[in-house]
Amino acid sequence: MALIDLANPTRFLAFIARVLPWLVVATAIAFAIGLYLVWFSPDDYQQGATVKIMFIHVPNAWLSMVVWAVMSVAALGTLVWRHPLADVAAKSAAPLGAAFTFLALLTGSLWGRPMWGTYWVWDARLTSVLVLFLMYLGLIALWRTVEDPARAGRAAAILTLVGAVNLPIIKFSVDWWNTLHQGASVFRMGGSAIDPTILRPLLVMGLAFSLLFLTLHLAAMRNEILRRRVRALWLMQAHAAQGA
Amino acid sequence: MTPLSALLVRDMRLAVRIGGGALMGVLFFLIVVTLVPLAVGPDLAQLRRIGPAMLWLGALLASLLTLDRLFAADQEDGSLDLMLMGRAPLELVVLVKAAAHWITTGLPLVIVTPLLGLFLNLEPGAIAAVALALLIGTPALTCIGLVGAALSVALRRGGLLLPVLVLPLTVPVLIFGVAAASGEASSGTAFMILGALTLMSLVLGPFAAAAALRHGLE
Repeated sequence: MALIDLANPTRFLAFIARVLPWLVVATAIAFAIGLYLVWFSPDDYQQGATVKIMFIHVPNAWLSMVVWAVMSVAALGTLVWRHPLADVAAKSAAPLGAAFTFLALLTGSLWGRPMWGTYWVWDARLTSVLVLFLMYLGLIALWRTVEDPARAGRAAAILTLVGAVNLPIIKFSVDWWNTLHQGASVFRMGGSAIDPTILRPLLVMGLAFSLLFLTLHLAAMRNEILRRRVRALWLMQAHAAQGA
Repeated sequence: MTPLSALLVRDMRLAVRIGGGALMGVLFFLIVVTLVPLAVGPDLAQLRRIGPAMLWLGALLASLLTLDRLFAADQEDGSLDLMLMGRAPLELVVLVKAAAHWITTGLPLVIVTPLLGLFLNLEPGAIAAVALALLIGTPALTCIGLVGAALSVALRRGGLLLPVLVLPLTVPVLIFGVAAASGEASSGTAFMILGALTLMSLVLGPFAAAAALRHGLE
C-alpha cells in the first residue's frame, strides 16, 4: 500500500484500526523491558537512585524536539503537497509535543531539586526548552482560535515552519546569553562517556516513548478525523433545518 | 508615484491621523518606563543597572501594541483584497507596510529613548548604546511581528493571540539587544548578531507574512 492510498480518510481509519492494537502491545512490551532494565540498572555513585529520573527525563526531552520536526514535515505536507491528512497529523501532534515538553521540564525540575538544590535555574538548556513549551502553547492557541479546520491548518503550518527556522536561533542565542551571564554551565552530562549499563536502558526507554508517541498520535489522528465528520454532519443538519 | 511609494505614504498618513495610533506606542513606552521605578524603587544605582533591559522590554511591548491593526484595518475596509489582487508582489507590499509601521512606531521609540535613559540614570555612553541597539533591533521586532499580524488578520480575537505567537520568537532579538546595550566587552559581537537578526527577519518576515495572508484569506 502506497502512502498516497492513505490520503483517503476512510482507508486511513481502516489502516489505523488494523495497526493500532499491535502498536499498543509493542509499546507495552517496550515499556515493560525498559522499566525492568531501569529497575536493575546500577545507581550512580554520586547521584544515587535519583539518576533513574534520567530514564524518563531524557526520552521526553528527545521527543519534545522530534514532535516539532514531525509537525514541520506535516506543515510542508499542508502547504506544498496539500495532503488532506497533513493538517490532521499536525493538529493532533501539537498537544502531544506540549505534553512531552512539559514532562521534560517537570522531571528535570524534580531531578534538579536533589541535585542542584533548586527546582529551577536559568540554565541555557532549561530556558530554551521553556521557550519551546511556550511556542507549543501558542501553536495550540492558534489551532483553537480559528473555527474552519482547513484555514486553521494553513495558518498553523506557517507558524510551525517559522518556528522551525527560529528554534535553532533561539537555542543559540539562549546559550550565548547564559555563557554571558553565568560562565560555563556546570550542569553537563559530558566529561565521561555514558556507561553501557546506563545507555542500554536509556535507549530502550527512548524507543518505548517513541512508540508511545506513535500510538497516541495515530489514535489522536483517528479522533480528529471522526471529530471533523461529526462537525460536517452538524453543519449539514443545521443547514437542512434552516432550509426547511 | 509608484504603487509601493503611494502605499508607504498612505500608510504613514493613516497612522498619524485620527484612529491611527502612531504615537500610542511612544506613550505606552513612556508609561512602562515610568512604572519601573515605582515597582523596583527609586534607587538610582539599581535603575542604572537595569535601565537598558527595561528600555528594551518597554520597546518590545510598545512595538507589539499597534501591530494587530497592521492588516486588520485594511481587511475591514477591503483594501487588503485590492493589495492581494494588485500587480505589485505581495511580499513587497507587506515589506512596505512594515516600513511604514516602523517609521511611525519604531523610529519614535528610538527618538524618545535618550530622554527615558536620563530618567533611568544612564550614562551618556550607555544612552547612545541603547538608542543605537534599538535603532538596529526594532526593524527585526516589526518584521517578526508582521508574521503574527498576518496570521491573526482573519481572527476575531486576533489581538489577544498576537503577543502569544510573536513574543517567543523575539527572544533572540531581546537577548542580543540587551547585550549590545550593556557596554561590556562582548557588546560589539552582540551588535553584529543583532544586525544579522534584523537582516534575516527583513528577508524571511515578508515572505512568511505574505504566505499567511494568501492562505488565510483564500
